[in-house]
Amino acid sequence: MGNGLKLVLAWGLVGIPLAWGVVETAINAAKLFQ
Amino acid sequence: MGRKAVGFLDKSRTVAPPGYTRWLIPPAALCVHLCIGQAYAFSVFNIPLSKLIGITAQAPGGAWNLSRLIAVPSAPGDWSLAQLGWIFSAAIFFLGVSAAVCGRWVEEGGPRRAMFTAALCWAGGFLLSALGVYVHSIWLIYIGYGFIGGIALGIGYISPVSTLIKWFPDRPGMATGMAIMGFGGGAFIASPLSVWLMGKFTTQTHVGVAEAFIIMGLIYFVFMMVGAWLVKIPAPGWQPEGFVAPRASPLITKNHVFVYQALKTPQFWLIWWVLCLNVTAGIGVLGQASAMSQEMFPGHITAIAAAGLVGLMSLFNMGGRFAWATVSDFIGRKNTYFIFFVLGTVLYAMVPTSGNIGSVPLFVFCFLIIISMYGGGFSTVPAYLKDMFGTRYVGAIHGLLLTAWSMAGIFGPVLVNYIRAYNIAHGIPKADAYNNTMYLMAVLLVIGFFCNLAIKAVNSRHHMTADEAEQMI
Repeated sequence: MGNGLKLVLAWGLVGIPLAWGVVETAINAAKLFQ
Repeated sequence: MGRKAVGFLDKSRTVAPPGYTRWLIPPAALCVHLCIGQAYAFSVFNIPLSKLIGITAQAPGGAWNLSRLIAVPSAPGDWSLAQLGWIFSAAIFFLGVSAAVCGRWVEEGGPRRAMFTAALCWAGGFLLSALGVYVHSIWLIYIGYGFIGGIALGIGYISPVSTLIKWFPDRPGMATGMAIMGFGGGAFIASPLSVWLMGKFTTQTHVGVAEAFIIMGLIYFVFMMVGAWLVKIPAPGWQPEGFVAPRASPLITKNHVFVYQALKTPQFWLIWWVLCLNVTAGIGVLGQASAMSQEMFPGHITAIAAAGLVGLMSLFNMGGRFAWATVSDFIGRKNTYFIFFVLGTVLYAMVPTSGNIGSVPLFVFCFLIIISMYGGGFSTVPAYLKDMFGTRYVGAIHGLLLTAWSMAGIFGPVLVNYIRAYNIAHGIPKADAYNNTMYLMAVLLVIGFFCNLAIKAVNSRHHMTADEAEQMI
């Protein structure tokens, strides 16, 4: 497996769940401004 | 097969081949930190765990009292929230203990063995806790999540630190900031995932905590093993392309200090206090932000808005870990902490003013910046230790330093809670009950400022000789 593909997979593995969690939290945080 | 497995974990097998990109190391570290960061979200299990028997309400009879402490394992009722609170406390306590005790083992055995051990303990802790839920024994959960999981937290937390610093000599703050940001971000994933999993397995006669524990344990094991597989240490003498060593500075050593020798230096204890005071100030308000905001602004900040504030603070806590540690690569570690202490003092002193003038935006602004600096304190400290003590044992020294976190975890909430209770008992209105605490936090940060000011280069008599440093590789 080349370095480029490894990089995409590795960062995707951690980045996608983290981004999902951040979005969920940001939606909750938006309640402060409602 | 067994020998092969041991070989896979061996430090010599983790040396990166030529051409291996260093940008694979931060995701390897994040695989571990995102998983163990779940600890911050453990509280989502507390209410469901307190209704395992009663299902819709807590069944009486399970709470402790001293006279029937021995009968606890077979107590028929549900566990109280106070009993359940000890699970998290035990995990954080053993985080500090294992990081301090196992630091040298982690450093000398390499990151892969440490990550593998952390994965085994973390998943094992969840599985044992699931068994504890199944047979309704809180002691199994204390041992599973609190003790074994706590060991995973400590080993996992420090496992990638020195590896990242060695791969990123040009940006050590940014590199460790990325990993430690993951610890803050782990709760963002774990919290909705836990709620979703429990919802999947909860029926009218059953609370799905055990199943959630089993699935999370297995997911975390796989995730952490990916990290253990990805992680590699740079070959001896490796440097990033175009790397120019930072110009000589008394506060950035090129020498190394042995882990236990570091304990004999004033620098270690000054940094210990720097971290402890910075964390004490932040952790005290982190746990109380919801109640504090509602009491200081009654009618303006509702319970729902307060929950939003807590969410926003978590984002700043996580973002601050990356941002401040990255900034420290440009302005230096000592200056970064000076900012924390000066700006923190000003902001804490402004919180009561925001309440007096009824300014919610000012209050929110103060808290968000304060909490970003709380996170920044955690993520900047590994690079500060590297500057002071060199790279050879930085992970192990970091492990010892985490005892400051354990201490702050006790000091911070106690200060906020007890001073508030004392004020209310003495007739101070709830809206003003936090004022003294805020001023006290500001004073703590002033003390931290002077501790930071006193940090000078480590005396050369503490440095390892070239031969000693070579032998320890």
